[in-house]
Amino acid sequence: MASIGKIARRTFLIGSAAIVGGVAFGAYYVSRPAPNPLSPGEGETALSPFVLIDQQGVTLFAPRAEMGQGVKTTWAALIAEELDVELDAVRVLHGPAAAAYYNSAFIGDALPNRGYNVSDFQHSLGETLGVLARTLNLQGTGGSTSMKDGYTRMRHAGASARETLKQAAANRLGIDRDQLKTANGMVQAPDGTTLSYSELAMDAGKLDPVKAELRPSSEWRLLGKSQPRVDMVEKATGTAEFGIDVRQPGLKFASVRMNPRLGAGMNSFDASEAQSMPGVEKIVDMGDGVAVVASNTWLAMQAVEAINVDWQEAPYPPETDQIFAHISKAFDEAPNSTMRDDGDVDQLPEGASEISAEYQLPYLAHATMEPMNATALYEGDKLTVWCGNQMPTIILSRCAEEAGLDSEQVALHTTYLGGGFGRRVELDFSVLATRLAKQMPGVPVQLTWSREEDMRHDFYRPGAIARMRGAVKDGVAVLMDGQVAAASSTVQFMDRIAGLPAGGPDKVHVEGFFNPPYAIPNFRMSGHLSDIKIPVGFWRSVGNSFNGFFVESFIDEMAHEAGTDPLEFRLALARTEWAPAAGVLEAVKEMSGWTGETPDGVGRGVAMCYSFGTPVAEVIEVVDDDGSIRINKAWIACDMGVALDPETVKAQMFGGMAYGLSAACFGEITFADGEVEQGNFPDYDALRMHTMPQTEVRVLETQKHLGGAGEPGTPPAAPALANAIFDLTGKRARRLPLMHDFDIMV
Amino acid sequence: MSTRLRINGKSHQVDLPDDVPLLWVLRDDVGLTGTKYGCGVAACGACTVHIDGVAVRSCQTALGDVDGDITTIEGLGKPGAMAVIQQAWVDHQVAQCGYCQSGQIMQAASLLAENPSPTDADIDEAMQGNLCRCGTYPRIRAAVHTAASKMKEV
Repeated sequence: MASIGKIARRTFLIGSAAIVGGVAFGAYYVSRPAPNPLSPGEGETALSPFVLIDQQGVTLFAPRAEMGQGVKTTWAALIAEELDVELDAVRVLHGPAAAAYYNSAFIGDALPNRGYNVSDFQHSLGETLGVLARTLNLQGTGGSTSMKDGYTRMRHAGASARETLKQAAANRLGIDRDQLKTANGMVQAPDGTTLSYSELAMDAGKLDPVKAELRPSSEWRLLGKSQPRVDMVEKATGTAEFGIDVRQPGLKFASVRMNPRLGAGMNSFDASEAQSMPGVEKIVDMGDGVAVVASNTWLAMQAVEAINVDWQEAPYPPETDQIFAHISKAFDEAPNSTMRDDGDVDQLPEGASEISAEYQLPYLAHATMEPMNATALYEGDKLTVWCGNQMPTIILSRCAEEAGLDSEQVALHTTYLGGGFGRRVELDFSVLATRLAKQMPGVPVQLTWSREEDMRHDFYRPGAIARMRGAVKDGVAVLMDGQVAAASSTVQFMDRIAGLPAGGPDKVHVEGFFNPPYAIPNFRMSGHLSDIKIPVGFWRSVGNSFNGFFVESFIDEMAHEAGTDPLEFRLALARTEWAPAAGVLEAVKEMSGWTGETPDGVGRGVAMCYSFGTPVAEVIEVVDDDGSIRINKAWIACDMGVALDPETVKAQMFGGMAYGLSAACFGEITFADGEVEQGNFPDYDALRMHTMPQTEVRVLETQKHLGGAGEPGTPPAAPALANAIFDLTGKRARRLPLMHDFDIMV
Repeated sequence: MSTRLRINGKSHQVDLPDDVPLLWVLRDDVGLTGTKYGCGVAACGACTVHIDGVAVRSCQTALGDVDGDITTIEGLGKPGAMAVIQQAWVDHQVAQCGYCQSGQIMQAASLLAENPSPTDADIDEAMQGNLCRCGTYPRIRAAVHTAASKMKEV
């Protein structure tokens, strides 16, 4: 059994510990272990359990939020690959919020490099800096980091557990460990004797964990092949438990109404009518809003709407036009960053022709299918919170603060997420449920946002404006000079979670703006931060969601100015900069049979974006369908480096594109009198089955590093569609959503 | 107000006002949480259940208006004893976040009861009221076709 002292002397170690009836294995990256969240038996040592084997069998821990991206399955497959167990023979649990489950890829992604051009040294620097995420207690799911984070660590956890179990078997059988084999959760001896992992678990718990080399990818059984998802049966039978499905004995149902003028307070409220409505049990002052506790969620929603509230004024300009006028003032200030500054953009190369354009993109809501909710039970010296979330350790500590308890007195249970897309990184639902529960000691209470409350109290994708200037000569791009202005999601988020000012250049704000993998000799890209107080957060692909549109729309305009086919124009710029970027363009060219020519009534557009480590190219085809524009077909190519589960990667690429196309066609959050105007799907629609293009996805594996999957499909979707519509109509979309300027089929 | 409902073959007595939508009766009183709340205005289909075999939006069906036997996703089949259509969902690995899938399955089951051999266009027509933010539509369509052919074999 590894002691804390032993762990402390090593910088990388697989820990193990005896537990009641078995053994637990975990991985550490740093010299000091994080406390064990699983509370092993008295007197046992600390570990971060990713594998737990007891008399009931094998349990794997996938402490990343399952929001549809398949992380529970692929994370478990990383462990199972080395452990030699089958996924349908093990239990996979999320596990509790714990420092030991830090995300090592978060901080590495924040390094100020372009991403695609990092050397191996910088890559390992990023991974090493990942320990900072442990120090900062960042257990989280986002930034398309899960596989980058788990790829090596989880295979090591599985390999070490396997070898330690073999050592236990070797000791029992009196033979050498090298003579033993493992398969299907069993150790096999040369004479045919088999011992199950459960039989060996108690003995293994008494051993120092054995370090083992990782198997080469050529020997993989599970990884690189698509696995049946471990959550599929539950999700096909209505038995998967989402946050909104949590049912505790004596549970009460509540709904909330916070100030629709976001971030402002409440002067007073009159709940006399609500008080006497059916099922109402309690009206609670939530500080800058009100909540109603009732016997039924719907009754609570009706009653909370009946409360008459005197709200304070919004801390931002109340109308959309004024908001964008305010954002554009950021261009007058010095840029926050100029992370790309090559050549000289002030000097127009001789013989070059210059163009410029301004683009504007709206605020966007996440609109997860499951509205925000959390369930909490406050018992004086203890708080229990249940919710689907992407940031358990931070949420746990903020709920503790809200309840006036220590973190050790709080238990957070993470359920399945009915969509995340970055919305469930936020703290509001858990903290407000805690605030409410504190008013009802001993009574579990579930706080559910109505769809309207959810859509009107999001942490939105920031509205953004770009001013682009470029020049072409002899058919190629010779200059690009861009400025983007928007509120900073990072600055606001750091303030929300830690009260910390975020200083220095904001890379997230300009991701996809300063680092498109294009060789342009005179290339300067600057980011301007607006101080506007509308709450903004992380919307699938974050800065790339607007920057991808700006860059790829403008590149298309430059291609037309140059008289070069837009796909060939991009290829020429990508080939000399980064081969995998050219590779995905070549792939969609071949898949779509791109000729540069389209018949009357058909338009095609292309876009290529590099984000979260993965280059993705998309070709979209639109057709004129009786005067309406219908998105007919799409082709997607991505380069993952290693595709750990190809079908899951394809589903993420398609889903990412679908999310981007939906927003491009119909998505906008606008303001009147300081309040969000959209409230429900009829005002904030998405593509549906009959409007979704027929799509082909190709997954390439040529680049050196493992790329992310959850987000990179989104950024190229909107510009590829807008470019296709230009090809069809001759009209350039310089603002979204497209429904305002084009007749998009619904 | 006491109302008697027949849900998944069992009788239930509920004491709620007549205007409470069936969705919230099922979820918060009967304890059947497989049926989901998405919009409350019949714009997303997450709350779809069957009344006498026909798909209805339970968020827009008042308790007092329920007239017939209710089937929810839990009544269609269970883990280990799934309905043909649920097995098709598993075979095609349809779900991503999974939140909309109960409604998608109930809508598709109602379509297949009415039209055992739907074309792509029939499926699009029947399913366009069911929203999925993850983008599982191509696999939903494939699963409906598989379920249609499997149901004919039975």
